Amino acid sequence: MIKAEGLTKRYGALTAVDGLSFTVQPGEVLGFLGPNGAGKTTTMRMLAGFVPPTAGRAEVCGFSIEDRPVEAKQRLGYLPEGAPSYGEMTPRAFLAFIAAVRRLSGPERARRIDEVVGRLQLGAVLDRPIETLSKGFRRRVGLAQAILHDPPVLILDEPTDGLDPNQKHEVRQLINGMAADKIIVISTHILEEVDAVCTRAIIIAGGRIVADEKPAGLIARSRYHNAVTLRLAPGGDAAAVAGELRQVPGVAEVEVRDGAVTAFPRPGAALLTAIGDLAGSRGWALDRLELESGRLDEVFRTITTGSAPGRAA
Amino acid sequence: MDGIRTIARRELQGYFATPLAYVFIVIFLALMGAFTFYLGGFYERGQADLQPFFSFHPWLYLFLVPAIAMRLWAEERKSGSIELLMTLPVTTWQAVLGKFAAAWAFTGVALLLTFPVWITVSYLGDPDHGVIVAGYLGSWLMAGSFLAIGSAISAANRNQVVAFIITVVICFVFLLAGLPLVLDFFSGWLPEPLLDALAGLSFLTHFTAISKGVLDLRDLLYFGLVIGFWLYATAIVVDLKKAD
Repeated sequence: MIKAEGLTKRYGALTAVDGLSFTVQPGEVLGFLGPNGAGKTTTMRMLAGFVPPTAGRAEVCGFSIEDRPVEAKQRLGYLPEGAPSYGEMTPRAFLAFIAAVRRLSGPERARRIDEVVGRLQLGAVLDRPIETLSKGFRRRVGLAQAILHDPPVLILDEPTDGLDPNQKHEVRQLINGMAADKIIVISTHILEEVDAVCTRAIIIAGGRIVADEKPAGLIARSRYHNAVTLRLAPGGDAAAVAGELRQVPGVAEVEVRDGAVTAFPRPGAALLTAIGDLAGSRGWALDRLELESGRLDEVFRTITTGSAPGRAA
Repeated sequence: MDGIRTIARRELQGYFATPLAYVFIVIFLALMGAFTFYLGGFYERGQADLQPFFSFHPWLYLFLVPAIAMRLWAEERKSGSIELLMTLPVTTWQAVLGKFAAAWAFTGVALLLTFPVWITVSYLGDPDHGVIVAGYLGSWLMAGSFLAIGSAISAANRNQVVAFIITVVICFVFLLAGLPLVLDFFSGWLPEPLLDALAGLSFLTHFTAISKGVLDLRDLLYFGLVIGFWLYATAIVVDLKKAD
């Protein structure tokens, strides 16, 4: 279990992280979201024991990261921001070093190194200095280092940054594959990642928690949640369609944008059937009719800036 | 102990994975030879000892040892690998000692590679081998003291060149603390007892005593304390500045 109580970090007059409290249980994949400078990395550094908190405390598997740092760090796999490592070393030597520090030895050590090399597909670059590798490989070397000792707790700061779409997919699969019995905390600013791997999302802004929910719950906060969008065939009269949609029971609001008309529901109202029937009876020429699930980027903007329009807050 | 050894081994690998180790050893040996045989008048003296050899060690160390020490921590901070190192299950002390041990062992290897000088003097005459062993020991202890100072300065600076220059200056002051060059600067305003204490801090005085074959416990203790003090400072500075 990871436990943070009133975790605070101040740099002079600047409060980077302001009294964060949360716990994460095994089986949870917690996504840390927030704009750049919101305090994500500082929080992760405090959890990993790199930066001492100004106030508050953090615990990893029952060990305080400040009072029992070695015990806590033994149970922790950590990928720092930017995946730093020793550039002059080869991945083979680097992983051997990490294994030695983690006190893996004998067949167990060989087995674990083989496994992470296979999982992260490092076989082809094992004997090239890390500093000559591409950004994607360096990130994967950092991930390999973090999971080498099969820790119960993983803290990964932007694990997919710099990876191509295929590699991102593989890393997400890797995380999903490990998620069942581990505690995983990742930070990201890629919103689709939250949907793809996280079971819970904490959004922080200005060093404070502004949302702590399941991804589905976050999406449901979107004003687009359960909205219906009609994309008209070329030549369609968007204004007329919008006018008719406003009369449909349950429609709170209608917006026209680039030939697409979106009807937003009143809370709890279901619009799809009614609008579908209406479109059929009026004979509107439609390219597409879709039920929106919600837009995470819009929720993110609303929550972190408080300035986007809409009723979700 | 395991943690210290693992970190020291990784550091040593790092020295030999780059040209650093080879460049250092070649230059160290070349300068050592040149100083001993040309400036030191090794043959002209006609004495079977290594005094001219050892007398140049402090001056070579003054520039070569800070070059090794400057990267100890500054490089880790610059590349960000310090975040990896300090979140592994090792204590700050293990990291500080491991890095220092690797650098010290490396200077020890460079020092041992000067053995042809010893062979030469043994071939030409009949030197007192005890004095020579003491000379090597004193030289290695002095190198360790320079390294410990450099380690603390390196931990305080992200920039290696700055770390190098500051280390050279501090080592210079320590080296010459007993000589008028340094003492005159302080003699106007420092009370006599403190001035004596300062003079007692001179590397040169202690090293010269040891290298003449006088193994006084106080001289050994002196270098031990200097190394201990500066490594302690390193650990404090690392903890304070690692995340800056």
